[in-house]
Amino acid sequence: MSSMISRHPHDATLMSFAAGSLPEPLAASVSAHVSMCARCHDEMRDMELIGTELLRELPATSVCERKMEVPNRPTEAPSLGGRLPGSGRIADRLPAPIARKYGLASDGIPWRAWKRYGTGFWYHRLALSPGVKGDLRLVKVAPGCKMPWHGHGGAELTLVLEGAYADESGEFRRGDMQDVDEETEHEPVADKELGCICLFATD
Amino acid sequence: MLDLLSRIATERSDDAFRRLFEHFAPRIAGYMMRHGADAATAEELAQETLLTVWCKAGLYSPDKGTPVTWIFTIARNLRINSLRKEVCWQQLSNEQAEAIPAEDETPDNATFVRQRQTRVQAVLATLPADQREVITLAFIDGLPQRDIAERLSLPLGTVKSRMRLAYQKVRDALKDLK
Repeated sequence: MSSMISRHPHDATLMSFAAGSLPEPLAASVSAHVSMCARCHDEMRDMELIGTELLRELPATSVCERKMEVPNRPTEAPSLGGRLPGSGRIADRLPAPIARKYGLASDGIPWRAWKRYGTGFWYHRLALSPGVKGDLRLVKVAPGCKMPWHGHGGAELTLVLEGAYADESGEFRRGDMQDVDEETEHEPVADKELGCICLFATD
Repeated sequence: MLDLLSRIATERSDDAFRRLFEHFAPRIAGYMMRHGADAATAEELAQETLLTVWCKAGLYSPDKGTPVTWIFTIARNLRINSLRKEVCWQQLSNEQAEAIPAEDETPDNATFVRQRQTRVQAVLATLPADQREVITLAFIDGLPQRDIAERLSLPLGTVKSRMRLAYQKVRDALKDLK
């Protein structure tokens, strides 16, 4: 399935994500893409090697003087991570990180939770941490409708979850991500038969 | 470093852990302090990072690989959760794996990761200073691209292209290991 994904975030975007320096709404979106895309998953692992290396090479002089105490290790390894509550009933169409965090299923968002915005367009806003700028939302566009969001004030990531859309640069299907900045102008139109559901993030 | 990590994973070696700790703890604490942690918090987070490496290494079977990237990824995630108080969307490699179809997984054994790390090290050693500066600001100082551009008085596009060029070199160096 992931071999069909052909549109990815820019290298610099994925790199900022791996570095832990991508703003939260964009990080949510890249996380969802990475969970669906084997290529970006692997590239991110390589980018993390860069982080490990830079950390290893940090000069020791840049840190606190006092020698730290080596902590006692637990003799038995505790079970870390594991499955998060609610992961059992996730519909397979919503990327795992998003479904887990928001307790959603793509076919399970109640109809009234979608807010209508213009003709053929609905959105469901996803909460961000207090004080975080930007916006993260699920958007649903009726077949053949033009997507109304525009005027890029900054970075904008669109991840297709269902259906498809197309603009001047080509077509975007499930798992594909469009990574655009303020210089890009485009007129995306939802697929004539399927419409689309996307995860949409701005910083 | 890789040897220390694999000795921690396979032999549960106290000595290896001590040496890993002595190298990394002050550096991780420094990383945390760059993000506004006071000395006590930084020390706590450094200890938590390395204890997590110890615990996770114990859960990891040696044939599956080595927890090589864990030090950075665990520190990064703790920084986002504890210091930035934001949702950490980056999953650790062993958590992520379950979401990826099995046939798409790349081999992740110790030798494979070791080779990759050695090559990444070589690329970073010869990276042009302007590219290294930008990736350090991203990975170590945790600055978003926009803030890097501001800090260095560069157009945003230049910051992005320096990051891309740096990664391109890493990608080229790793190509034949795929």
